[in-house]
Parts: sequence; C-alpha cells; structure tokens
Amino acid sequence: MARIYLDNAAIEIPIFNANSRSLKSKLIQLASGGKLFTDTSGRITVRALENLTFSINDGERVGLVGHNGAGKSTLLRLLNGVYTPTHGQIHSQGQVTSLIDISLGIDHEATGRENIYLRGALLGLNKKEIYAKLDEIISFSELGDFIDMPVRTYSSGMHLRLAFSVSTLINPEILLMDEWLSVGDENFKHKAEVRMHELLESTKILVLASHSRQLIEKTCSRVLWLEHGKIKMDGPVEVVTKMYFG
Amino acid sequence: MSSYFELRKNIALAILLGSQDIKGRYRRSVIGPFWLTISMSILISCIGIIFGQMFQTPDNTYIVFLSAGIIFWNFFTGVLNEGCIAFINSEKIIRQLPIPLFVHIFRLIWRNLLVLIHNILIFPMILVFSDIDIGLEAFLALLGLLLVSINLAWTSMLLALICTRYRDLPQVIASLLQVSFYLTPIIWLPSMLSERLGQSLYFFNPFFHFLEIIRSPLMGQTPDPSSWVFSAATGFLGCLFTFLIFKRLHGRVVYWL
Repeated sequence: MARIYLDNAAIEIPIFNANSRSLKSKLIQLASGGKLFTDTSGRITVRALENLTFSINDGERVGLVGHNGAGKSTLLRLLNGVYTPTHGQIHSQGQVTSLIDISLGIDHEATGRENIYLRGALLGLNKKEIYAKLDEIISFSELGDFIDMPVRTYSSGMHLRLAFSVSTLINPEILLMDEWLSVGDENFKHKAEVRMHELLESTKILVLASHSRQLIEKTCSRVLWLEHGKIKMDGPVEVVTKMYFG
Repeated sequence: MSSYFELRKNIALAILLGSQDIKGRYRRSVIGPFWLTISMSILISCIGIIFGQMFQTPDNTYIVFLSAGIIFWNFFTGVLNEGCIAFINSEKIIRQLPIPLFVHIFRLIWRNLLVLIHNILIFPMILVFSDIDIGLEAFLALLGLLLVSINLAWTSMLLALICTRYRDLPQVIASLLQVSFYLTPIIWLPSMLSERLGQSLYFFNPFFHFLEIIRSPLMGQTPDPSSWVFSAATGFLGCLFTFLIFKRLHGRVVYWL
C-alpha cells in the first residue's frame, strides 16, 4: 500500500547573499542592533511551494505540468524526502525512488563495474543485491569489455546506457521522474522503452513531471498543474491537459 | 529490525564512498596511497632529526613520541577539516537523494582511517630503532582510537552543520587547528614545561587527552585515567548534544546548501 498525503505543505527557500551568510555580518548585526544591516537582515526567501494539500493513492499515475519555475522539481524533491516542508506536513507510505538525475554519483575515473556498485548503493541496493544483478546490468548496457574501463573513456551514449541500466533495476513503490528517460541509439531506445514500461508496471505510484503532452496523455491518469508554487488545477488527464496545453 | 538494516546499508554506503575517494585520489599512480606513508616518513625524520638533537632524550623516546603524535594528529585534523566541508562537498547528493546526513560524516571518517592505516605502517619501524618495549597494553590504543573517533564524529557532524550555514567558519577552524598543533605536546614533550603552565595547557586541551589515550599505550605507558574519563564524557555528552541539534535542524541543511 503506497500513499502520499500533503497537508498544507509549503517550501520556503532562503536565499543567502554573501553578506548574510558570513558570521561577521551576523556579529555586526548583533552589535549594531540590526539597524545598519536591515537590507540583509530581513532574510529573503523564495516561496517555491505554497499550501499544497492533496493526496495520491495507490495505483495513480500523476503527471506534473507547469511552466519553468512553477515548482515541479521542488515538489519532486519534497516527495522524495530531500526537502522537508517548512510549513505543513507530508506523509508518505512506501519506498520512494527518484530517477531525476540518473548520472548522480558516477565517478568518471572509476571503471564501469565500480560505478555499478556506487550508483547501486546510492539507490539503496546492498552489495549482494547488486552482485546478483551484475551480469544482467552489464549485458543490458551492451558495454561488453568496456565495463572494466574507466567511465571517462566512454562516449556519452555509453555513459547514459550504463547509468540507465543500473538506475532502472530498482523496484520502488513510488517512482518520481523528471521527463522520460530515453537513451541511446534506435536499438537501445527500444529496449529502454520496454524496461521503462516494466518499471512503471511494478510501481504503485508514479509522479512524472513533463512538458510533453503526448507523454502525459500516454502515461498518466491524473494531472497536477502547478503555477507559481500553487496548484492551479488537479484532475483527470483529459480535462487538465486540455486546459493547460489548449 | 528494518531500521537496523537501513543503518547497515547506510554504513556500507559510507564505506564504499570513502574507499572510492581514496582509490580515486591515487588512481594511475604506481605506488598509490603508499605515497602517504612516504611523505609522512619524510616529515617525521626531518622533524625528528632537528628536534631530536635539541631535546636529547634517553632511549630514543622522542622519535617514538613524535611519530605517534604526528600520525594521529594528522588523523584528527584530517577529519575535522574535512568535516567542515562535508555537507558542502556532498551538495549534489544531498540535493537529490534523501540519504541520512551521518553517511557523509562516516564517509570522511572512513577515508581518514584508511589514510591513518597507511601512515601507521611507519610506527613499528620506528619502534624497532628505539629501546622502548611495548606489550599487550598497546592494544588499549585501539580502544583509545575508537573513543577519539566517536568524539571526532560528533564534532565534525556539528562543524559540518554550522559551516554549511556560515561559510567563513572552515577557515576559522583551520587556523584554530594549526594553533592547537603547537599547544598540544606533539613536537615537544610534556616534561619540558613548568608544572603549572603544563597542567593548565593539558587539562583544557581536548587534543591532549585524545592523543594521550592513543599515544601512551603505544609507548608502553598507561595513560592518565583523567584522559579516559575526559574522552568518554565528551564523547557521550557530545553525541547526545549533536543528536538533539540534528533532530531539530537536519531538515534545514538542504536549504543552506
């Protein structure tokens, strides 16, 4: 049973300029009673998300739409636990995995094989689990003997194939994605597509941020439309996409 | 039970990342991390030759004292200096994945332990040249190292937190550590100071106690019980304090990055 429930959750990101970030200005502020530095002492914050209340239940495929800066990525980070809400609460049940930056943690000097362990560990797999899937990952990535070469010798396509092959070997209950993962040449693209669909089949909740109408209509059942950190519309895919994309 | 597995997994992740750091640092170098051993030997022999002449000690005690002191001091400062920038350096991971923050601290402690292992190789060689006999009590040094590591862990956890918010602090810490090097008996012997000055300098210097519980057993001496008590007490209280602070503030770190 997977479930996400947001109760009036908001995220305010403080912006530190060089002044307010240093200890010295804090001390000067204390000494001068805060008068001299009123411009820096009033902390500037950005309200990235405002008073979001909604829940996502088992089986839902939610698309996130909105213009750049509407808060889609921030919401995804809130859902995967990177951000804790500055106001309100978030309750989520179920193991969350985000496929937002699939290259995160890849060390260019290390070999492909070492990187499988690194990337796998960052995704929450233990050594045994990775070892058990090692052959599958290597054959899926089609890297062959290159797997024992440093990643910096890889072409960008090979690099992505490696990252993709490791990152999609998880079985999350809640899957978060920022745009669809598509990698490689035609042949690999097809394989990757199949793998992605298997992944979607096995997850209980999907939250996918995208600018592509086609993708949203194909994958999602419900769409959240964010604007300036607030929900502008929340409803079935047909209704919201019609309003948003026109 | 599941939280136990979580913990084990996170420690394994920290160890993997820490080992990878060392591997990465010495990749494509022929003797790799043994450069650490070599440069440490050079440092110890240079200081040892000059100051050893100045402080004529019987049985070559000085060189043993010096090498144990420098090797472990190197470990302390490594952990603390890297602790200051632990969260800042892991910004990418912290902003993408909800991995517990202690993983980044464990990673650097593990990395510095690996460095320590390479440096400590010098010690037995130096011991052979001296007339000091050490017995089984030397293993007490391991207990000392454990206790000190606990202290370094909470300190760097706290430093990492504060330094993420106030970016000037790493520089402050670095210069404080540099001063502490001279205030702590490492290149000079405790017996060289007058009783009164010495005692106040030792008693309020945590580094003295931390070094004492590791270095003395390695020199065949018994550390003063007060150093054990000091280290155990700061370890316990510090961990408690850090835990409470992080319970309140752990969610803020990502906003400060």
